[in-house]
Amino acid sequence: MTALAAALYIGPAVALYIGAGVVLLADLVQGRRAATGLLSLVALAVAALWAIVQMGSGAEGPILHGALVADRFSLFFTFLLVATTAAVIVGTSEWASRVEDRGEFYALLLVSVGSMVLLAQSNDLITLFVALETTSLAQFILAGIARNERSSEAGLKYLLTGSIAAAVLLYGFAFLFGMAGTTALPGIAEFVRHAPEGLRLPLIMSFVFVAAGIGFKMAIVPFHGWVPDVYQGAPTPVGSFLSVASKAAGFAVVLRLFYSGLGGAETLITEDWGKLFAVLAVASMLFGNIGALVQTNVKRILGYSSIAQAGNIAVGVAAVAAASTVGPSGVLFFLGTYAATNLGAFIAVNAVSERLGSDDIADYAGLFKRSPMTAVVLSLCLVSLTGLPPTAGFIAKVYIFNGAIQTGQWWLVALVAVAVVNTAISAFYYLRWVRTMILDEPTDDRTIETPGGAQAVLLLASVGVLFFGVWPTPLIEAAQRAAAALLPA
Amino acid sequence: MIPALSVTLAHYLVVSALIFGIGTVIALSKRNAVAVLMGIELMLNAVNLTLLAFSRFSSAFAPGGEPLSGHVFVVFVLTVAAAEAAVALAMAVLVYRQRETVDLDRINLLRG
Repeated sequence: MTALAAALYIGPAVALYIGAGVVLLADLVQGRRAATGLLSLVALAVAALWAIVQMGSGAEGPILHGALVADRFSLFFTFLLVATTAAVIVGTSEWASRVEDRGEFYALLLVSVGSMVLLAQSNDLITLFVALETTSLAQFILAGIARNERSSEAGLKYLLTGSIAAAVLLYGFAFLFGMAGTTALPGIAEFVRHAPEGLRLPLIMSFVFVAAGIGFKMAIVPFHGWVPDVYQGAPTPVGSFLSVASKAAGFAVVLRLFYSGLGGAETLITEDWGKLFAVLAVASMLFGNIGALVQTNVKRILGYSSIAQAGNIAVGVAAVAAASTVGPSGVLFFLGTYAATNLGAFIAVNAVSERLGSDDIADYAGLFKRSPMTAVVLSLCLVSLTGLPPTAGFIAKVYIFNGAIQTGQWWLVALVAVAVVNTAISAFYYLRWVRTMILDEPTDDRTIETPGGAQAVLLLASVGVLFFGVWPTPLIEAAQRAAAALLPA
Repeated sequence: MIPALSVTLAHYLVVSALIFGIGTVIALSKRNAVAVLMGIELMLNAVNLTLLAFSRFSSAFAPGGEPLSGHVFVVFVLTVAAAEAAVALAMAVLVYRQRETVDLDRINLLRG
């Protein structure tokens, strides 16, 4: 492995880190005149180009003595994360232009996404932990960046729960290291595959700890306490970044660790962690959907809805344990469609609440008459989150549930039954919101202008939601190729 | 005459589990944000103790392993914990300036 090849592999993350430094420098030298948003987009573009070159070269494999691994899986997440961040930056540029700490906002965003790219590449417990913490620390500060009382409260709460989760995760890592004698994921996988029956209990203990730590990132019950508070208190652009990117990174780690690292589908403990994720999925769906029913603040609704969606994705993780071949690609496909859908919803909410100065659902009454485009895109995204055709959310749910049923395991079939019931519950609050926007009479006739950047992102999101709803094949194939990279050759 | 006591892996694991438990209870029960941070710090140090104990003793039951990576892991955990404490204390100071309290029960604007 030459240094040049290693540079090719870690290029995207390095480009993002350098971008963060340049943004900070520009902010320091030029102050508020600096085009920090544009610089961040350039850094993201460089990272994406680099990833394309890497994909084109077909180069894959472990680098830096196995600390990282570059494969289709990490590339899938690189593209997903970079696209998400670019959409957040473009869609909320008007908000950012009024933020005092604009340079810091963009720099932290880049550090966070750069670390997530490394996270998707991590192949060793140490790199995994450091990347996870770097992205978390940047997100804690982002949640508090508005420096008003609500924002700093969100930041502090997010930080305290996040730090506890990280410590719990580490305790699990310590025992994995202790038993396997190595921190490299392939070494741990090898160990788990041949682990004697006597180690079953310690193994279960350590993966419960690990699942608790990562469950925080994925926002699944019972590690969800921070979600509604942070979504409500943090600035909406930060919320949109957290809801998509942070969740994607969490599931990237879960797939890498449990599918690849904990020895794949046929080990002592596979069924145990499958059932663990099944229970967590049920709890997340029920809690998220029932919690969302009683909310009147739209950001809190989106917070609870993101908990419920994490439950849907966890169905795919549980299916992985039952040797489902579509489980992992289902998770990836769902994350891709969820990114387009949830970004659309969040950017629309951001654009509206900027003008209204309110997050109350009552103020969304008659939005269709005041801002037709925003209302239509938001409705489309909500329909997709419910999982109705012809949207991408429908295909994603069918794909992931179908994969779970095909395994023929009774507990997975029961899980899907619960998930379908939950889809019905979720339809209630998603569609109630749509009805409020389209059918109700507005309390105020003034039109709501949506800024250009937000319009572009909303348009892209709705195209994505409809395109993958009608013709999902390209994304499904990409997800399948990415998932195949996880299996030991 | 007390027989010479030899300290084994189990001793370290029990002590670190106790410390981890104490840290968890503090982190979850204290209402003062700074006290919660102290609890988290205890949890992290319990992890460090576990890692070092495994690192020291693991050659006995995991031949061919890389016991040194446990030491390396601890160095990284220490670094990250320091960064985390810096951010956490800055955040606590920010909250205190706005409300004159770091009591988590009284920091409750966000609910519903």
